[in-house]
Amino acid sequence: FLSLSLQAKMSRPLQARRLEGTDKNIWVEFVKLAATYSKVNLGQGFPDFPPPDFLKESFVRALSGENHMLHQYTRAFGHPPLVKILAQFFGKLLGRDLDPMTNVMVTVGAYQALFCCFQALVDEGDEVIIIEPFFDCYEPMVKMAGGTPVFVPLRPKAPKDGKLMSSADWQLDPTELASKFSERTKAIVLNSPNNPLGKVFSREELELIADLCVKHDVLCISDEVYEWLVYDGKEHIRIASLRGMWDRTIIIGSAGKTFSATGWKVGWTVGPNRLLQHLRTMHQNSVYHCATIAQEAVAQGFQRELELYGTPDSYFVQLPKELQQKRDWLVQSLDAVGMKPIIPEGTYFLVADISKFKSDVPDVPDSDEPYDSRFAKWMVKNKGLAAIPLSAFYSVAHKNNYSHFIRFCFAKEEATLKAANDILQKWKQEKTSP
Amino acid sequence: MLSASRSFCCLGIRTYQLRTDLLSRSIKLSASATMAFRHKNTRRIEGLDSNVWVEFTKVAADPSIVNLGQGLPDISPPSYVKEELAKAAAVDRLNQYTRGFGHPSLVKALSQVYERVCGRKIDPLTDILVTVGAYGSLFSTIQALIEEGDEVIIIEPFYDCYEPMVKMAGAKPVFIPLRYKNDGHSASSADWVLDPDELANKFNSKTKAIILNTPHNPIGKVFTREELQVIADLCIKHDTLCISDEVYEWLVYKGNKHIKIATLPGMWERTVTIGSAGKTYSVTGWKLGWSIGPQNLIKHLQVVHQNTLYTCPTPLQEALAQAFWIDYKRMDDPDCYFYSLSRELESKRDRMAQLLQEAGLKPVIPDGGYFMIVDVSTLNVDLSDVDEKQLYDYKFVKWMIRSKKLSAIPLSAFCGPETKRQFEKYIRFCFIKKDSTLDAAEAILKNWNKQTA
Repeated sequence: FLSLSLQAKMSRPLQARRLEGTDKNIWVEFVKLAATYSKVNLGQGFPDFPPPDFLKESFVRALSGENHMLHQYTRAFGHPPLVKILAQFFGKLLGRDLDPMTNVMVTVGAYQALFCCFQALVDEGDEVIIIEPFFDCYEPMVKMAGGTPVFVPLRPKAPKDGKLMSSADWQLDPTELASKFSERTKAIVLNSPNNPLGKVFSREELELIADLCVKHDVLCISDEVYEWLVYDGKEHIRIASLRGMWDRTIIIGSAGKTFSATGWKVGWTVGPNRLLQHLRTMHQNSVYHCATIAQEAVAQGFQRELELYGTPDSYFVQLPKELQQKRDWLVQSLDAVGMKPIIPEGTYFLVADISKFKSDVPDVPDSDEPYDSRFAKWMVKNKGLAAIPLSAFYSVAHKNNYSHFIRFCFAKEEATLKAANDILQKWKQEKTSP
Repeated sequence: MLSASRSFCCLGIRTYQLRTDLLSRSIKLSASATMAFRHKNTRRIEGLDSNVWVEFTKVAADPSIVNLGQGLPDISPPSYVKEELAKAAAVDRLNQYTRGFGHPSLVKALSQVYERVCGRKIDPLTDILVTVGAYGSLFSTIQALIEEGDEVIIIEPFYDCYEPMVKMAGAKPVFIPLRYKNDGHSASSADWVLDPDELANKFNSKTKAIILNTPHNPIGKVFTREELQVIADLCIKHDTLCISDEVYEWLVYKGNKHIKIATLPGMWERTVTIGSAGKTYSVTGWKLGWSIGPQNLIKHLQVVHQNTLYTCPTPLQEALAQAFWIDYKRMDDPDCYFYSLSRELESKRDRMAQLLQEAGLKPVIPDGGYFMIVDVSTLNVDLSDVDEKQLYDYKFVKWMIRSKKLSAIPLSAFCGPETKRQFEKYIRFCFIKKDSTLDAAEAILKNWNKQTA
């Protein structure tokens, strides 16, 4: 015999409503597939080369030093040496005096920084503009905060005859973008350099966004984790440095991407105190502290980079140089077999058009699953090459708009890229041989 | 002359243009500056900005202060734990992302240790989530399972984050205090108990969960099987979840046994049990914790985790896994760190108690954990001239830090609004401190006694 109230309780779902629509996650599925089938993994975004020696040495120094208190809690909003050097470094880049205690907060990766931003600033009923294609976590995070994601696509313009497309050819339509701003718009999420396309927003494009933010009094959550991975002499411009933007922008950065150490999960936010104070409240009520030792090592890494800034020895100069070569290598590989790469201006991702390979994976009309997803799964199972379907970076409503593209990660050792090339070449031969 | 005047003209026009541009831009700027900045905090964090730790860790950061406040060991973690971290960081692959819900070797090690402790099969992939400290586990559990309309029972005094986390989830905290039995002179944490009738009255159809903390911070109480059974019976009767914060599970002193409420009949399916590497291995700065429970609960925590920080640091998880293997293999051996740390802390506990007793105080001797609370009213420190609105214990601790160079934490920080006054004569000391720190505390307390004599 169950009481009525007990029956009522048991018939309610166990989990909180805020989880609605946030349980699916592309990575859980594709990481498992890659682990099971892939011989060459160009899927999930992490380097298969080590972090630089100076960073590993910093970590070892922190560990082996006399100070065993590095194994204990540090300051909750960021280990003092780290926030100090971040304030110095980004102060220089932004041309501002930054207070390490109020203008900087350290987080568990850029991922947690994003989470804090949405939870601290997006309420039920707020709209958040997300530019497609987008790093997939933005959407569920906005939803979990009770917000409504409003999507606006980057649209590809046809490249000049014979040329390969560039990520620069994917652009926002200014009128379309303006139409997305409403009274309910709380924030826009900007990701430049952009994952997955590799687009580096130009000054004009940023000004377009900035003008709308100022006009509508909207915040800008600026995910700049790939800020150092910019190629062909392009410049990464920080939207917070544009007129009227500092007061309404939160800049997010990542040690994982900056120093090729994604497993350390050290990220940060930089911004005005009147926004960061709310991030601090959120942070102290969710994780409270971040691990100390990795923060200590990252601080030392930044100290070195501050001293070497702009010189050829700077890791921020060497890494993009190396990655640009790898990018060019992969572009060549893909172009040679008929996959059409979109040359990325930044990040370590590259998106390629796989329309020519459609024959291997037939179209299934009325399928729930977008073509590129089925293609990517088929490719990893049959060719051992892991990549991520572009539809993973689109909202449900738009998943089928660009369904013949897949994303490759090229932050990989030469041997890995060579092996990828071998797979592609063999595949092409199989297609063309009678 | 004409050309000169023309160029002047042009200059004039250009200057005019420039001035107009500047004017319009400054109008725009001043307009946005004078417009009220509408970007306030969200409702979910309204009123949650103050935090006892942010306040007191700042105050006690002065190195000349003997810090017995925040729960932070100043003893070294065992050397093999530090060595394993060095080894892990040297492996290239371990500096990159690992499995989101927990590094495979760590969840495997945790499942082995806890299978042994719980006497039941624990699936490392579905029954465990690794989080950023036990703090992260509490957050993930509450965000996953608690929402507006729910009530959550919190036993006072409580680790301070429970209340804001429950509020952030939109739910209502329902408090019930531990009360000391008998004549009001409690010598042991075991003297602080829940009134079963009072507890039963707190449960209703809206009660989603009860948060249990055993061994208890700040009192150090180790709930007995009978006490746990009372709670379990109510959870089963009202179909309530149990969030069991057991971070001090290994720090239990002679004559006491830590019992996991999840092992009581009918409780596994409704309990999330939380543990902490920081407290287990004296590495609070590693910020690794875990939630263990049935798949149908843990899966929701995993969803929260994948939408909040996705994965925890890899090298730390690998090192922790290796440390766990080392101690798992010697769980029958008294040298196992789980037991040796407890023995080490028991003597520190006894020393701390003695120091306080010699100063004329009556500390509550904890059966577990590394905190000790003490009623300071017998010291008769007159703080009536200080800010009236502040509670006595807050004023006392601030005064003690300033004038005695000794820090502690005021107990009212661990109480709900109704109970704060009940506990305002108590302060909490942390004794997981090296001998020299305890020596320094002793010197201060001896001196104090002389002054007030």
